[in-house]
Amino acid sequence: MDKETKKVLFEPLIDNNPITLQVLGVCSALAVTSQMSTSLIMALALTSVTACSSAAISAVRKHTPGSIRIIVQMIIIASLVIVVDQILKAFAFEVSKKLSVFVGLIITNCIVMGRAEAYAMKNPPLQSFVDGIGNGMGYSLILILVALFRETLGSGKLLGFEVLPLLKDGGWYVPNGLMLLPPSAFFIIGLIIWAVRTWKPKQVERNEFKILSIAHGEGGHH
Amino acid sequence: MLNAEKKTCKYNEQLCKYYEQFKAHCVRILALSNDSLEKTLNVALALCLVCAVLVSIAFVALRPLQVHNKALDMKTNILDVAGLLQDGVDIDQAFRERIESRIVDLKTGEYVDSIDADEYDQRKAAKDPARNEVIPTDKDIASIRVKAKYTKIYLVRNGDQLQSIILPVNGYGLWSTMYGFLALDPDAQTVQSINLYDQAETPGLGGEVVNPNWRALWKGKKVYSDKGDVALTLVKGGVDETRADAVYKVDGLAGATLTSRGVSNLIQYWMGPEGFATYLNKLRTNG
Repeated sequence: MDKETKKVLFEPLIDNNPITLQVLGVCSALAVTSQMSTSLIMALALTSVTACSSAAISAVRKHTPGSIRIIVQMIIIASLVIVVDQILKAFAFEVSKKLSVFVGLIITNCIVMGRAEAYAMKNPPLQSFVDGIGNGMGYSLILILVALFRETLGSGKLLGFEVLPLLKDGGWYVPNGLMLLPPSAFFIIGLIIWAVRTWKPKQVERNEFKILSIAHGEGGHH
Repeated sequence: MLNAEKKTCKYNEQLCKYYEQFKAHCVRILALSNDSLEKTLNVALALCLVCAVLVSIAFVALRPLQVHNKALDMKTNILDVAGLLQDGVDIDQAFRERIESRIVDLKTGEYVDSIDADEYDQRKAAKDPARNEVIPTDKDIASIRVKAKYTKIYLVRNGDQLQSIILPVNGYGLWSTMYGFLALDPDAQTVQSINLYDQAETPGLGGEVVNPNWRALWKGKKVYSDKGDVALTLVKGGVDETRADAVYKVDGLAGATLTSRGVSNLIQYWMGPEGFATYLNKLRTNG
């Protein structure tokens, strides 16, 4: 693997993570992470869609008219998502029941669109494919991390196996109901972003504008 | 050159001509500027065609597997509520041998034999204006708005003996319409089990309707009071077993007041006169 491919593949894990740095795809990260099994399948589905759609969009990029660029991307993404949804319904019925609409919502996941527009439109198919895999993995990493906290603290289990014996089953752990509700993912993702930015201060965004002191009166920002 | 082309054309001459024309068309289109209207239209059309074919292939090819999964899932749910679901059991076989599907007209409480019970999909029928009926708002305790005109129930037999009656129920919880089965003893009064197999309540709170420990609380509870009213309901804060009415009360779900209320409502509706009351009465008197 050459240096460039490595960079494209691994940079989205931490240095350019779609969730923690670009803050994309947060919606589904909130919705599906109350259980590890659904998170894993979702991560897999999103990674394959991002990779394949990036490759396909990149393959037709030189012949994509600018005026219908977004529609072309959407059609490709939507078709792939439908195919993935059908495959899940056929081969992973139980999980697809739990994921319900969220597989369909990959279509509107900002990561997929974001990579198509930002990367696949300007780079060759193979590289775009790798970029899709990389960003999918960055998304997966956060999903798995969030699910790890939410499922263990929320229901005392991990992948359905008991980790913290619950009080009501004769153990000692009182589950935290908040962890099972979507807002808890907000808190956890927030904490993760804080941790990552403390570790890598370069990721801290510069203020887009300076708040002028009143003494300067009205005036544009510089 | 002309000869060579003729040689490669193994099939119908006319087809080959179309193919050549199509190839020429593609080459010409691809050479056009991306901003031209003609190219835009052609690209859009071609892309739509390719994507449509891809989606159709996936849909058609995977359809049989999906139908099978769905049917198997439903049978599993029914065997589960009947208490016949053990590890390693052959779902299809167990279902065929032990369970009989019947169609019931809820108004008269009679069986309807003109409809093939095995083919009848009640949930589909409930959504079809030709086969459903709208529930008046004042009677719609379970907040389901519509129900199928005919209801599919399941009878579990052990030899000649009726072992359980399995009734489909549904009602609105906090986020979702919950679908489930309620299994009763042949006395049409005592609960064997409940299985709310399809719901999207909060995981860990309302979603605990699927928890085996909670479901086990239902066993032995009675549905109807001495007067014949639906008395079975969920209560907050635990059931006092010393009280006489404990047999009508099931402990509600902790932290899920609205889901618990939804479950109470669906029992109230489906066991009441709008639901299975007439049928169950007939079943009781006819033995």
